[in-house]
Amino acid sequence: MPSESTPAPGEQPVDSDETAEDAAETDGGHETELQAHTIRLELVDEPGQLLAALKPIADNGANLLSIFHERGSLTPRGRIPVEVDIECPPDRFEGILEDLRDRGVNVIQADAEEYGDEVTLVLVGHLVDTDLSDTLKNIQDCSGASVADIDLSAPAGAGSSAHSSARLRLRAHAGETASVIETVREVVAEKDIDVIAPLEGRR
Amino acid sequence: MRLCVLGAGAVGRSVAELAPEYGHTVTALSDSSSAVVDPDGLDVETALARKEADEALGDASPGDALAAEYDVLVEATPTTLGDAEPGFSHLRTALERDNHVVLANKGPVAERYADVRELEADSAGEVYFEATVGGAIPVCATVDDLGAEHVSAVRGVLNGTANFVLSRMAAEGLDYDHVLAEAQDLGVAEADPSFDVEGTDAALKCVILANVLREADCDSLDELREVEVTLADAEVEGIRDIPGSALELAAEDGRTVRLVGEATRDGVTVGPRLVPENGTLSVTGTRNIVEIDHEYAGGLAISGRGAGGEETASAVLADVARLE
Repeated sequence: MPSESTPAPGEQPVDSDETAEDAAETDGGHETELQAHTIRLELVDEPGQLLAALKPIADNGANLLSIFHERGSLTPRGRIPVEVDIECPPDRFEGILEDLRDRGVNVIQADAEEYGDEVTLVLVGHLVDTDLSDTLKNIQDCSGASVADIDLSAPAGAGSSAHSSARLRLRAHAGETASVIETVREVVAEKDIDVIAPLEGRR
Repeated sequence: MRLCVLGAGAVGRSVAELAPEYGHTVTALSDSSSAVVDPDGLDVETALARKEADEALGDASPGDALAAEYDVLVEATPTTLGDAEPGFSHLRTALERDNHVVLANKGPVAERYADVRELEADSAGEVYFEATVGGAIPVCATVDDLGAEHVSAVRGVLNGTANFVLSRMAAEGLDYDHVLAEAQDLGVAEADPSFDVEGTDAALKCVILANVLREADCDSLDELREVEVTLADAEVEGIRDIPGSALELAAEDGRTVRLVGEATRDGVTVGPRLVPENGTLSVTGTRNIVEIDHEYAGGLAISGRGAGGEETASAVLADVARLE
């Protein structure tokens, strides 16, 4: 690769410095200012899905700026990608994302935070008796991945000595799959839960 | 070549029986209690018929076999851990006499790799161990041909018993204990299956491969001794605790579970892994598969029978051919 062109001697890169300072001043100006966010979602192709996805935005007092509904294209999972621009107070944004996920809406990307990788795991152990929702919360909190969906199979029911299983689909940040798997193993080991994972960092 | 075959289990027996077809002569054959020795080539069939009838192989003692005239020692006694004895001493005796050694016994190269290489360095004899990994599958030869220094990982399904259990559980929706009992009836699993289902056997094979990969980066025996791997360094998880429900959930998602072992320069891991149902690693039954990641060749896969007397003997005899 050829090296980047360097400024000629005496030529000062004055412009960029000034721009940076200006931007900083503008940003830090008003505490109550609304922040703009872009959220990318994927929706199942069924009536009412888009409306359901927008409700958490309204409920949390955010302004909807625009919706780009790519009905013609599909995500790799056969769903419809939707891009939503909103504006809200800084402390509301996380709540909106949480509500969306609670409603089963897949958030592919929220601003720069992109869940580029997906990893499926099977957990084996006394999943119900050791509080599965607590386990899932710990997984999300510690690994930084989000639980996209879960299937539980506990044929023997709670309180049984037989092991139950759960299949988890996690969305991880691009390139972090291996470390997410590692973290999940550590987190669930406390409850004597085993993790059956794919071969890390491959495929 | 004149062969001394130590161990008259499935592998040793098959090596002795197939040797003439490959142009070799068996001059000594022993099991743990007796031996038969003939410098002009012994009558393998008669000796094995005696063993079959619960008699001694011959009049000689196992020590006489080791002291007999031969070019290649075929070490096919049962794998032992820790000091890898008595297999290791057999290998030492042969190398000190400047004879070659072909191992089917994993112990010496899994637990004392550097010791084996040190003895080999002082001997005119050479050591090969294709049969220790993947039965009939030519793993070591392929890694060697490709240049171990360019191989970043070798992984695969390396235990037929565990694979039989997992693939039957997935196919029939049966639980572990049921399938294991079936496997024992069929002779696929031993009465005490722990070595297989706990992942130890697969781990030993991966440890051997990790040693081969790390050796490629070493310039001296001292360096090798620093980086050599043993079973104790492997991270091993078995398949005993996997319920049928885990395989069902995997299947609903187009996946299945296989006991996969992986050897890299970082070390060895063995454990149940989620693999695509129709992927390379999802071999069924007792079949084994090995995948090699190569810097320039990309991914290669070889599948075949990972155990069995004649299958493993074919790997032993391929090693003998390398010595000619």
